[in-house]
Amino acid sequence: MKQPLLHKIAFVVLILLIVIPMIFPFIWMIMSSFKTQVDIISWPPKFIFTPTLRNFNKVFNEQNFLRYLKNSIIVGVGSGVISLLLGLPAAYSIARFNQRRLSVMILVARLMPGISFLMPWYIVFSRLRLMDSYTALILSHILISLPVVVWVMSSYFESVPTEMEESAMVDGATMQRAFVSIILPLSVPGIVTSTTLSFIFSWNNFMFSQVLSMEKTKTLPIAVYNFMSYAEVDWGGVMAAAVAIMLPAIILTMIFQKYVVKGLTMGAVKG
Amino acid sequence: MIKSGFFERNLKYLFPLPALIFVLLLMVFPVLYTLFISFTNWSLTSGRPMEIVGFASYLKVLKDPRFRDAIGRTFYFTIGAVVVEAVLGTVIALILNREFRGKNGLKLLLLLPLVATPVAVGIVFNLFYDPTIGFLNYVLSALGLPQSGWVTASKTVLPSLMLVDIWQWTPMISLIVLAGLAGLSSEPYESAKVDGASSVQIFFNITLPMIMPTILTAIILRAVDALKTYDIIYAMTQGGPGYSSETLNLLAYKVSFEYFSMGQASAILVFLFIIVLVFSLGVMSARKKFEL
Repeated sequence: MKQPLLHKIAFVVLILLIVIPMIFPFIWMIMSSFKTQVDIISWPPKFIFTPTLRNFNKVFNEQNFLRYLKNSIIVGVGSGVISLLLGLPAAYSIARFNQRRLSVMILVARLMPGISFLMPWYIVFSRLRLMDSYTALILSHILISLPVVVWVMSSYFESVPTEMEESAMVDGATMQRAFVSIILPLSVPGIVTSTTLSFIFSWNNFMFSQVLSMEKTKTLPIAVYNFMSYAEVDWGGVMAAAVAIMLPAIILTMIFQKYVVKGLTMGAVKG
Repeated sequence: MIKSGFFERNLKYLFPLPALIFVLLLMVFPVLYTLFISFTNWSLTSGRPMEIVGFASYLKVLKDPRFRDAIGRTFYFTIGAVVVEAVLGTVIALILNREFRGKNGLKLLLLLPLVATPVAVGIVFNLFYDPTIGFLNYVLSALGLPQSGWVTASKTVLPSLMLVDIWQWTPMISLIVLAGLAGLSSEPYESAKVDGASSVQIFFNITLPMIMPTILTAIILRAVDALKTYDIIYAMTQGGPGYSSETLNLLAYKVSFEYFSMGQASAILVFLFIIVLVFSLGVMSARKKFEL
């Protein structure tokens, strides 16, 4: 179908009106991360400048950034793996035995603001001497990733026909055997979706680590925030830190684009 | 006939058991504990022993104008941001709902704000909003408009924060509505074309009614999250200037971890539970009603 030229131009303009405001903050962040402080605070704002790597140097060499990076990875991976171990069988039993009460409870975990669990956790974890420990932080992050796993996987398991495990069980396999060797391999796309999403959510979480960790287990979002709370803001350094923290989540999203979209839109669109 | 052991017979209960134990220990117990503390005057800073004081903490919280203002702000922020996101997100989805070159790349761009770390997003917008060096005031002055204090002025702080939420989450609505649009059957459209309906008629009589349940669910999902917004507000203003961007979440955080008044903090949290619970029940009954 041939469109008139005017329509085409109008469409391109519309697309630009959507795209430019959406990506401009990213572009400005990246540009600022390569600017000197003088270039950042100059008025009018500069679009052309001599780039410098000083900010990234500072972030990675002076600020213990690598340690916080390691903490974020430990907490993200740890909570993700445990959530799969807890969540996969739970999601399966919700899908197969229609356990509504459990699914409602998990939904409540998804709806409740984190702060409502954080205050009692703080008291309990301090009593157990678990403040600033990976255990406490991983436990708290399971609250983020478990609902994602159960939510995504229970509807995924529902889409797998029950004949699959029935035929395996006729052949003499136990139900748990059928689950592990037949259902799980069929569910890899769902597992990828829920793992990617829960890792990104854990990676981005600020509040839990803000309260439960100190120097030893501090995660990246806290480190980035602390970077800003000095007396005079080192904007270049902060922007370099912002780039560094966003990059892994963005790369994951690019690799698993299809899965991320599916996970985020799931539940809203019946499917 | 397969002989089934204990494990098989009770699989129904054993499979969800680990998750259930986690939920009981890390969700149910904390909620009950919070409920208990809310009836005490426990404070980590006063040094006096914990006493059961009945509803005193609740009364104190209810009488506090800071609490009532926080409730108002929370709803203002949530409703304001989500309404704009719903309209804008749907419009964007309708624009993108056709085949064109680069559509996949554009959908990837839509995802980027959603996965960007909120704290970092807040900091980047702080640079935009900075009254003296910020890009937005430069744009305003270039257009000959008066400059704004953005997040540093109590009048503009909430709308400025809402704008960040809108920037970050409008794409979420767009993606959901796009997925919904992709699932629509083409039959009604074909018969409407045969009947000679105009595109405006088609939109209001066919597309909108069919896509409405999806839009509503997207709004509900978004509203639940907007109600909980914490990272962006804390990173950008910490509830300031003064208390002018202090939402319920921020207030609960400050009373818990800056003033350490556990009794009052618990009372605030119980109110927060109730608000979220009422909202969630509304969500679930709405889902049933629209069969979503």
